[in-house]
Amino acid sequence: MRLLLISLALILAACSDPTPGGDDAVTQGFAGLGGDADEFAQVDPSQPLQFPEDHAAHPEYRIEWWYATANLQDQQGRRYGIQWTLFRQALEPEAQLGDWQDGQVWMAHVGLTTAEDHWQGERFGRSGGGQAGVVTEPFYQAWLDDWSLKEVRAPGSERSPSALDPLSHLRLQADTDDFAYDLVLQTDQSLVLHGDDGFSRKSERGQASWYYSQPFYQVNGRLTLPDGEQVTVRGDGWLDREWSSQPLAPEQQGWDWFSLQLDSGERVMLFRLREDDDDESFRAGTWISVAGEATPLTPQQIDMTPTETTEVAGRTVPVGWRLRLPDFGLDIDTHPLNPQSWMDTSIPYWEGPVEFSGSHTGRGYLEMTGY
Amino acid sequence: MPFIGTLGLVLVTLFSHWRRHPVQGLAWLSGLLLATALWSGVQALNAQARDSYDRAASLFDGAALPSLVAREGSLLAQTDYSALRRQGWPVSPVLEGRLEFPRTEADPLRLTLVGIDPLTLPAEATAGQAVDGTGSDLIAFLTNPGRTLVSPDSLRALQASPGDRISTTDEQMLPPLAVNASIPPGSLLVDIGFAQRLLSREGQVNRLLIPDDPSWLDRPLPANVAERLRWQAGQSEEDLGRLTDSFHLNLTALGLLAFVVGLFIVHGSTGLAFEQRRGLLRTLRACGVSQRTVLVGLLTELLLLALVAGLLGLCLGYLVAGWLLPDVAASLQGLYGARVSDQLHLDPQWWLTGLGMALGGALLASLSSLWQAARMPVLALARSEAWGQRQSGQLRLQTRVGLVLLAGAVLILTTGSGLVLAFAGLAALLLGAALCLPMVLSLCLRLGQRFARGPLSEWFWAETRQQLSGLSLALMALLLALAANVGVGGMVDSFRLTFTGWLDQRLAAEAYLNADSPQQAERIDNWLQQQPDVDAVLPTVQATVRYGDWPLEINGIRPHATYEDYWPVLQLRPGAWFNLAAGQGALVSEQWVRTHGSGPGDEVTLTGDRAWTLTIEGVYADYGNPRPQMLVSGSALSDWYTGTPRQGFSLRLPPEKASDLVAKARDELSLSDFAAIDQASVRGFSEQVFERTFVATGALNTLTLAVAAIALFTSLLTLSHSRLPQLAPLWAQGVTRRHLAWLEGARTLGLALLTVLLAIPLGLLLAWVLVAVINVEAFGWRLPLYFFPLQWLTLAGLALISALLATAWPAWRLGRQSAGRWVRVFATEGGH
Repeated sequence: MRLLLISLALILAACSDPTPGGDDAVTQGFAGLGGDADEFAQVDPSQPLQFPEDHAAHPEYRIEWWYATANLQDQQGRRYGIQWTLFRQALEPEAQLGDWQDGQVWMAHVGLTTAEDHWQGERFGRSGGGQAGVVTEPFYQAWLDDWSLKEVRAPGSERSPSALDPLSHLRLQADTDDFAYDLVLQTDQSLVLHGDDGFSRKSERGQASWYYSQPFYQVNGRLTLPDGEQVTVRGDGWLDREWSSQPLAPEQQGWDWFSLQLDSGERVMLFRLREDDDDESFRAGTWISVAGEATPLTPQQIDMTPTETTEVAGRTVPVGWRLRLPDFGLDIDTHPLNPQSWMDTSIPYWEGPVEFSGSHTGRGYLEMTGY
Repeated sequence: MPFIGTLGLVLVTLFSHWRRHPVQGLAWLSGLLLATALWSGVQALNAQARDSYDRAASLFDGAALPSLVAREGSLLAQTDYSALRRQGWPVSPVLEGRLEFPRTEADPLRLTLVGIDPLTLPAEATAGQAVDGTGSDLIAFLTNPGRTLVSPDSLRALQASPGDRISTTDEQMLPPLAVNASIPPGSLLVDIGFAQRLLSREGQVNRLLIPDDPSWLDRPLPANVAERLRWQAGQSEEDLGRLTDSFHLNLTALGLLAFVVGLFIVHGSTGLAFEQRRGLLRTLRACGVSQRTVLVGLLTELLLLALVAGLLGLCLGYLVAGWLLPDVAASLQGLYGARVSDQLHLDPQWWLTGLGMALGGALLASLSSLWQAARMPVLALARSEAWGQRQSGQLRLQTRVGLVLLAGAVLILTTGSGLVLAFAGLAALLLGAALCLPMVLSLCLRLGQRFARGPLSEWFWAETRQQLSGLSLALMALLLALAANVGVGGMVDSFRLTFTGWLDQRLAAEAYLNADSPQQAERIDNWLQQQPDVDAVLPTVQATVRYGDWPLEINGIRPHATYEDYWPVLQLRPGAWFNLAAGQGALVSEQWVRTHGSGPGDEVTLTGDRAWTLTIEGVYADYGNPRPQMLVSGSALSDWYTGTPRQGFSLRLPPEKASDLVAKARDELSLSDFAAIDQASVRGFSEQVFERTFVATGALNTLTLAVAAIALFTSLLTLSHSRLPQLAPLWAQGVTRRHLAWLEGARTLGLALLTVLLAIPLGLLLAWVLVAVINVEAFGWRLPLYFFPLQWLTLAGLALISALLATAWPAWRLGRQSAGRWVRVFATEGGH
């Protein structure tokens, strides 16, 4: 099976034709996301997002994800971070969902982080046979096996057009050999569209994705820890939705991404796309007011500087950062809950909860790929 | 002189012997060559078969993966798969079916299509690695137009090349072919989506595999699927190795016998060569060559010769295996349903082991000569003893060892159990008998000597006894080969008689119809009621479950006079059929008794959703079936069994109308050739399977006899060289050369005849061991032993003819040698 996983990683990592004479990993960006994708649908800002339709999967695009994270705390004050991710990857253009030969592969990652430990799980699946998928009717759900994200609705009730967004009340579940969680994510705030009404630029050369979030979840639920102990937890959650056919430029090796939940109520999303020979990596982000109004950030407004590195899985990873948004009076230092939050999955990366102090305090999640 | 230079000289000197005695050298080489060929050929066959089982077993079951199957019918809905996955069950869908490909009109090529989902396949399954091993082409396997993974054998059978798209007989096109050696012969591996399309089973699967993790097996099934699914233990392929072990052990034993017979030749030739080179060795020593160098020289010579013979033997073994493989494959398929690839491919290990056997065998066979060379005093006279003229003490020792072996054989065969031990007993019996042969022959000759009249007759008997030691090895080989032939032939023919008689009983009904679904069974039932020719319809149901560690076939019948009249029972309790009809009693096959150790009067509890306790009411013969079997009431079986048993109908009708009815059934009910069949066809098919099973055995037997004949021939040929000094004095006293040649021939023939006479009782003993011990251990049934005097006569005739042929040339040469050579015997005293 290990072989299979490796080959799947190869699929995901090298999906398009390799560039002659070049090292794929370098020329195609992290996980092949910088590869050429002419035959797939392209992100077109002239076709604005429509909801709830765009909550569904977009199989005509090469890659898509559902990405939930939460900072949680139990009654003793112990802190936890959880991650739940569903990836859809098209193996060939013009694929349709649901058939065994629909040309789609699904991959899910889950993670649980404490100050001392980090556990993860990974699964693969196909929508043929009903093992994995995303549906909007009769109620919203995204799943791979029993790892699921489901809309919560009173039994028998219909979702009226005027009702809140289907993503406003979700149940998030995962169960692995090590740990399990069953959480309810709830908010009455609207979705937040990043970039230009959801059109999120990823480089100066035109790479982009559709990208929106729900950053205001209140989370309640239960964790089952590896020792079998069940703990009741609560905290803040964040859901990202993103799809594209070529989200990275070929030179971009990976990214450093933050979701920040400020104690004062604001939310901030920041990311930096690292390039080979360029210290001035592409940066972008969104300042989200307490009321949920989004202000896109230009690269010039953002300063992200690593302050502390750690050795994890044989790599040097910057786990401490100084983040500055001078225009918004933000100047903070972030520290990981657990510097060893390494997702040792077929495509490995660092993903874990952080907390910060400085001009503001609060918690968030940091994701770093391509190290 | 440096050591290497001396050694080279010694080697040249030693090899000059073979140049002067090419026939002797040829005998040596051919002995080892034949021994290696037969042994390695048999090993190649075994390796081939095991490789095929391994591939079949490990496609899904690195360790016999359990699976979930439908309670009703053979298919389950894909929605049950997703329902389980969504509750966290790590199941993986499999869909299997048969596809036919055009080969000839009447006989299409049938292959099994296996559909899998590589993403969910349990880690133990090698099918996933097969997909993986086809050059990182997982994407191609999953997406249109897909890939069909096929074994090299099936690719050849399809007469296609990698990348081809081939069509089934109903014009469905397969995904492009890709070769993978880990796919079992006769199977095609595709993604489950393609399998559903090709088999017209959209949204359906046959079974759900689950990783071999006890925590899942112990967990209750989710309520929403529990009523439709049930557990099935790992597939039966895993049993294949165990079931066929005995078959392979039989082959191995025959191969080993042939090897030993071949070694006799080597031993004989080496011994002779040593005796003839005594003078040479003494001269070498006298010239200052150290004993060590002489020994190293002899050893090097031996190894070089063994290397040549071994390599040639391996090539011949490969040919033998290739020649026998189709028959062995057919036997295994007929007997056990095991599919064995009919293309040989051998790994380096086979070559190395074969070569090792050749070298080791040659060393073993030459050990005593080397030992003597090592102890030979430098100054001893280079007495050219008549070769192999052993002291009577040596003969006595040999006989004692033989007697000990015989005693051991009796002990093992009467008290031991287990197949390996049984074969050990058999080996001890044969070897012991062979070692005692010279003494027995000597006693016979002493008896003959008493009746000798006149000096020539006295001389004849004494000389024959004298010569015995020289011929004894060849005669021992002949004894072994003949005994094996009598024994194996007796067993096969006993088996054939019993089997045909048993078929008559077991196939009491005139025609048989089998349904593949309950709906079809109902249709057949309705149709049968409209057939005026049918006198009685005996419905049967059949299910395969596991009992203990073994698969168990349960046959359910509706009691009828036909069974009471014909069923081949060996033991029966009073009221057995009544209790069976009441659903409280069962008849079990002989194999059951053997496997599970319980018999008439004992109780058996079959577990399942509901326990079912049955009393064993009797035992019946079930030849040719490796699995234990049970006969119960059909209605009780249907009540107890949670799946859908296979349903069939045995029909009683006038025999002459059977084939018409079967043809009509095939036509009107669209049943396949195997689903509707008349008694004569079943019988024909069964007998054909039987015959093919023993083709390989018979061929090996004949080859062994041929090797023994060669052994006899070479012994005589080499002996004839040393005969002259013994015969010359008689010639000088007036006996003609022609007369002497006749006497020489008569002597050998006489010894061969005595050996044949001794071989027949030994062969019968062997047959008894095979039938009453080995067969019971290997297959679980015991056969009555029949005698076939005609067969013995034929064999004796064959043996005598080969002895005659072996004698003729040396004798003829003796008669034709010039008088000058006879005279020279007296000139060169002791020369040869």
